[in-house]
Amino acid sequence: MTAIDAPVTGAVMSDVTRLLRRKRMIALGVPAALLVYFTYIFFSFDIPGLTQRLRLDNAAILVSDFVSHKTHVTRDNRSGDVSIAIEGETKGTYPDGMTPDWVTITGEVTEVTLPDGHSVTFTGKDQVSYVHPGYGVIDMALVGGRVQMALPDGPVPEWINASGTRVTISTEAGRMSMTRARTEVFHYSFGWELFLFTLDSPFYGKSFGELAGLAMSGDRVDPERSNFAHMVSDFWTNTMWRHGDVFWAIFETILMAFLGTMTAALVALPLAFLAAANFSPLMLVRQVTRRLFDFVRGVDGLIWTIILSRAFGPGPLTGALAIAITDAGSFGKMFSEALENVDDKQIEGVASTGAKPLQRYRFGVIPQVMPVLLSQVLYYLESNTRSATVIGAITGGGIGLLLTQAIQTQKDWEEVAYYIVLVVLMVIMMDWFSGWLRGRLIGRTERRH
Amino acid sequence: MSDATLNSTSDLQRSQDSYMDLVRRKRMYSGIIVVVFVALMVSGFNLADARSAGGFWDGIGNIFQFPGEVVREAGQKIQNLPGLMLGAVPSLIETLNIALAATLIGALTGGVFALLSTRGLARWPRLIGLFRRMMDVLRAFPEIVIALVLIFVMGGGPVPAMIAIALHTTGALGKLFSEVAENADSKPIEGLQSVGASWIQRMVFGVMPQVAPNWSSYALLRFEINIRASAILGFVGEGGIGQDLRLAMQWGQGRYDEVVAIFIVLFLTIVVVDQTSSHFRDRLVKGR
Repeated sequence: MTAIDAPVTGAVMSDVTRLLRRKRMIALGVPAALLVYFTYIFFSFDIPGLTQRLRLDNAAILVSDFVSHKTHVTRDNRSGDVSIAIEGETKGTYPDGMTPDWVTITGEVTEVTLPDGHSVTFTGKDQVSYVHPGYGVIDMALVGGRVQMALPDGPVPEWINASGTRVTISTEAGRMSMTRARTEVFHYSFGWELFLFTLDSPFYGKSFGELAGLAMSGDRVDPERSNFAHMVSDFWTNTMWRHGDVFWAIFETILMAFLGTMTAALVALPLAFLAAANFSPLMLVRQVTRRLFDFVRGVDGLIWTIILSRAFGPGPLTGALAIAITDAGSFGKMFSEALENVDDKQIEGVASTGAKPLQRYRFGVIPQVMPVLLSQVLYYLESNTRSATVIGAITGGGIGLLLTQAIQTQKDWEEVAYYIVLVVLMVIMMDWFSGWLRGRLIGRTERRH
Repeated sequence: MSDATLNSTSDLQRSQDSYMDLVRRKRMYSGIIVVVFVALMVSGFNLADARSAGGFWDGIGNIFQFPGEVVREAGQKIQNLPGLMLGAVPSLIETLNIALAATLIGALTGGVFALLSTRGLARWPRLIGLFRRMMDVLRAFPEIVIALVLIFVMGGGPVPAMIAIALHTTGALGKLFSEVAENADSKPIEGLQSVGASWIQRMVFGVMPQVAPNWSSYALLRFEINIRASAILGFVGEGGIGQDLRLAMQWGQGRYDEVVAIFIVLFLTIVVVDQTSSHFRDRLVKGR
């Protein structure tokens, strides 16, 4: 018995061992290959050098700008004029006679109250004193065009940076700098300032309760229009945040995605029939259409965008056409694959009633492939909303343009945060919307059968 | 009897009526949908046309002008092309490396996210919703946003692009992976559990062998997408062949031969990777 079985068992055994050895090779080989590749990437991307290039100060600016805003209180040291401006911008400048509650101006003396008991007092044209609760009073004055400083006894703390022409004090409560030309205090506060209304609006600084009350009440702030319309218009034309422009930018982005996806689908559907083996008997036609799809997809959205932006200029049209061309290739490929999988029985049934070719397609083929096509189109609609953001950044249109502009100026990070939030909400909304629509449309076609 | 015949004819009449009614209503709905769709498309294109710098009809005439200019100049300097194409290879490798590293990192983290958010497999079933929302948010961030912000913090180089693509890939692959894992057979997992295997062991030995082909197929598809994304990020931000392309384009006339060389290299790479990956995906999903 053993004599007969031995060679068979031996063959099986060697098969099994070979298989197991191969499995073990893969099980060990894949992690090893990954390790080798990541080691290569580690050095090729110069990750050790990253620690030197890392700009933690930039990261700090970014994070603090995302959640807070700063207000500049500036005194011109020649004229003695004091101005208060949010983010130091003209459009955020407080009008004369209006101050935030942490600044008091009485004649020649301006008092700026900073958090944690810090405060700065401007006196006259050229005197400043900074009160630091843990350290003492720092007095500064301009003498003959140079900044002179009087400190409490002891060593100079490291948060004071002084040269003959410039003194900078940076504490966790705020920042102050004095040069020959001007004295400036930065006051940081939480939140996005002027988000709803700018300083010139009568609704600035009102709580939500007050705003709701005003919107309901009949006493008009401006006799020309109702309070509610006034509020909407002031919000819409907010010069600091430009809500109206931002809304249009978001709309343009969605428009690009919608027009691009739908055009692509409409162009690809008839072409897909030419590329499907069961509808297009001519080998040559099939090959040409398929290669056309491959070519269009291979050229890639980036290159189409560049070419089209030269012809159509910046704006949503370029984006829509670029998406349309790129996706026509992808849709053509997917649609023709779907068409190759249709059931012939249904078409024969329609044909047996004497239907002409176009009717056969309409009633025999389209109902079969529609669910697949629709779900792909809707999936692309969602992903194209994201692409449209990127394309907008390349050609100049939509929210992508606003976003890249705001990032490249490297100072309005609160606007960047605002746009990011809007983009993410937009994408999540489109995801939800296309999912909902898919459920409605495909659910219905399924019920139809 | 006659009563019954009468009834059945009126029944037939009634059901025919209601059927015709249904057909009419369905046609009307389809008609309304088509009309609304056409109206949306037409008004959308008109609006897009109005909000663009150049109009559609002005632009369509010029569509071949720029490619023509570029190709003509490249044609005059055709002897430069092979050298320029060779010169583009190092930055092409950087673009490919960004895409590959990002795909691998994204696939690894996406796999973990997928297992943590699949019903029946999750380590902490109560946190499934949390992990799913996290993937939704990762997916929703366009890569360009993360890349540009990271360039500000990290000071350029390929790493910001890699991180940006990897984060997006994590969200995208996590969702697809989780759909695959949902269909995994629970018997091997239960068998492993019965012999006291830990969660990690159950996942590695029970789930991974089942999902590996489909997961690899999705990861390959993602790699194709990420090559394109990596080229675009280079164009808008920094690194790789996209950056070279932008620089050559900004130079304008005189360096169009370089533009063409980069176009060709990029096109060939995308086509080759697409074809290879679709070949392997076919093998993975349909089994050799």
